[in-house]
Amino acid sequence: MKLRDMTELAVRNLREAILRNSLTTLGVAVGVASLVAMLSLGVGLQQLASSRLNKSGLFDSIFVTAKTNLRGPGAGPPATRAASPKARPLDEDARAEITKLPDVIEVYPQIRFFTEVHFDGKPFATVVAGMPESSKQSGSFDGMQGSFFSSANADEAILQIEFAKELNAQTKDLIGKDLVLRYAERQSLASESGGTAQNSGGFSVVPKEKHLRIIGVVETEPASGFGGFGSGRLLIPLPVAETLRAAQVNDLRDVLRSGSSPDKPAYASLSVRVKSPSLVDATEKKIKDLGFSAFSLLDASKSLRIFFSVFDLLLGIFGSLALAVATLGIVNTLVMAILERRREIGVLKALGAADGDVKQLFFVEAGVMGLAGGVLGVLLGWLIGQALTFATNVYLKRQDLPGVQISSVPLWLIAGAIGFAVLVSLIAGLYPASRAAKLNPVDALRYE
Amino acid sequence: MSVSASPTDQAAVQPAIQIDNVSRHYVMGESCIRAVDDVSLTVPTGEFLALLGSSGSGKSTLLNLMAGLDRPTSGAIHSGGRNLAELSALELARYRRNTVGMVFQSFNLLPRMTLEENVELPLRLAEVERSERAARVREALEHVRLAKRTGHRPSELSGGEQQRTAIARALVNRPKILFADEPTGNLDSATGEAILTLLSEIQSTMGMTIVMVTHERHLAEKFANRLATMGDGKLLSTSTNSSASDVSPRATAVTGQ
Repeated sequence: MKLRDMTELAVRNLREAILRNSLTTLGVAVGVASLVAMLSLGVGLQQLASSRLNKSGLFDSIFVTAKTNLRGPGAGPPATRAASPKARPLDEDARAEITKLPDVIEVYPQIRFFTEVHFDGKPFATVVAGMPESSKQSGSFDGMQGSFFSSANADEAILQIEFAKELNAQTKDLIGKDLVLRYAERQSLASESGGTAQNSGGFSVVPKEKHLRIIGVVETEPASGFGGFGSGRLLIPLPVAETLRAAQVNDLRDVLRSGSSPDKPAYASLSVRVKSPSLVDATEKKIKDLGFSAFSLLDASKSLRIFFSVFDLLLGIFGSLALAVATLGIVNTLVMAILERRREIGVLKALGAADGDVKQLFFVEAGVMGLAGGVLGVLLGWLIGQALTFATNVYLKRQDLPGVQISSVPLWLIAGAIGFAVLVSLIAGLYPASRAAKLNPVDALRYE
Repeated sequence: MSVSASPTDQAAVQPAIQIDNVSRHYVMGESCIRAVDDVSLTVPTGEFLALLGSSGSGKSTLLNLMAGLDRPTSGAIHSGGRNLAELSALELARYRRNTVGMVFQSFNLLPRMTLEENVELPLRLAEVERSERAARVREALEHVRLAKRTGHRPSELSGGEQQRTAIARALVNRPKILFADEPTGNLDSATGEAILTLLSEIQSTMGMTIVMVTHERHLAEKFANRLATMGDGKLLSTSTNSSASDVSPRATAVTGQ
């Protein structure tokens, strides 16, 4: 029999016992739905986690410091360590050199300093942090009040919400207002005449003021790369922070270190961003070859991926359990159908249906139930995912957190789930179909 | 066994079915039931043969063997130059599909299909083109004078109409032999007679070979060309029926035991 005729007959047969077959199909649908819902959660959470992590810059960043000889036992007396030819200061030259490496997007220092802010005539102590332009994409500023810096050199500030609340409980009212930053500028001492470079390592600290306009309030504590020293509570554009030349905690240490000159202040650390996490390894190695310490969180990212693979597998197994139960439903329904349609099978055989025709008919019936169940199940699974996302977002909103999409049904999951449902149904149809095909037509026709 | 025919008619009188020493035994537990026991019979082309006998005489089993629904335990059944006993399951299905048509006592129409769809079923199995099917279904239904009730379901028809639909279904693939197993068994006598009149018309107009199992001797004597009587699985006698109404077979063959 041709497939079209076969399908017509199969659908007709399925319609005949509509209640039983609908229930069986619904069983398959629920099985597929649980599988799709589970996997869509797995996929969605993975996407959420990896996009957050990618945006955070943790996995495409390399943290660079000067090769310090200060920690680790057994490295020999300080004298020999200092003589190491690879120990280079992490200064402007180094920054330029690292920037020139292939696949490097940006290199920026960590600038963070304690300071005093005057607002409304009152002083507030806080920590200022410079934010690189790229941090806008990190996701940390999603859902902020106000807006991100208008340009890299704008005299603007974004406040962390806890700090903003200290200034004004109604944080919205702060936007557009000005505040004054009081900080200590580092000025190098002019070399005395006849002095050598050895003597010129000092600087003086001069109090300065900077007027900034508040343009936004952010709820999270944006990490400016990793290896930071606690988050800043008043955020300004990184280039602005650099021009301030504010005295930082590690300046004193740098002064004591040989090789650093006041004209080229050394950075405590640099964050290097590469084009993609896959390039981190190679770039990290190159930076090390230049003579700096470098490390990244790539290993953590790898174990994250392993975690999600196992997580997906477990979700898939739990989801499949319901489908396995549904499979038994298909076997049951078709075996019942054989008993009921014994005579019909006999008639078909008497009219010239081969064993293969009868087998295929039952097979197609199982396949149609699988297909219908699969399509319905995907729809149902997607709805469950949406419902979970909705419920999660309601919860998050109550906690004053931005919403997220925790379930995702990619095309491969749709196709895979429907294909799997059909496959499983066909396997379930194997036994009933071959049993129906084996019926002896004489016995089947005698059956009342 | 002897076949008499003039040499010029050789092709025409090649028997539709030739049964040689056929047995069909069923083993049930320790006992062996000889449903058909060493039967030889020739059915010439164009003949209307009635198989008579009491219940359990083996006439239906013999019919099933001839129709390719069952296989003999021993012996050979030749039809169209092939031995049915040696055909594969698939070839046997093809034989049932293309060479023979089957009519049953209980009609065996599929209840959820309309008349039209019931009659179309063998065409689906034979993979006849859709475009051709409608015409052939109409033709078959016209033959049994049911062309106006194509959309009805079997339950909406009388017994006679149902049996006529079953005959249309048996004819739609243009078979060479029509097998009827007690076709009048579920019908009142007037309707039964009408059905047999129809069969005998089909025999004469289409040159169809018909083998009918019945226990109603008077009907057999009225319509069949030849009567074969069975008892205890054996063929007891065959007799040419000179009183058969209008139709005369093209060849008369007598097979003795």
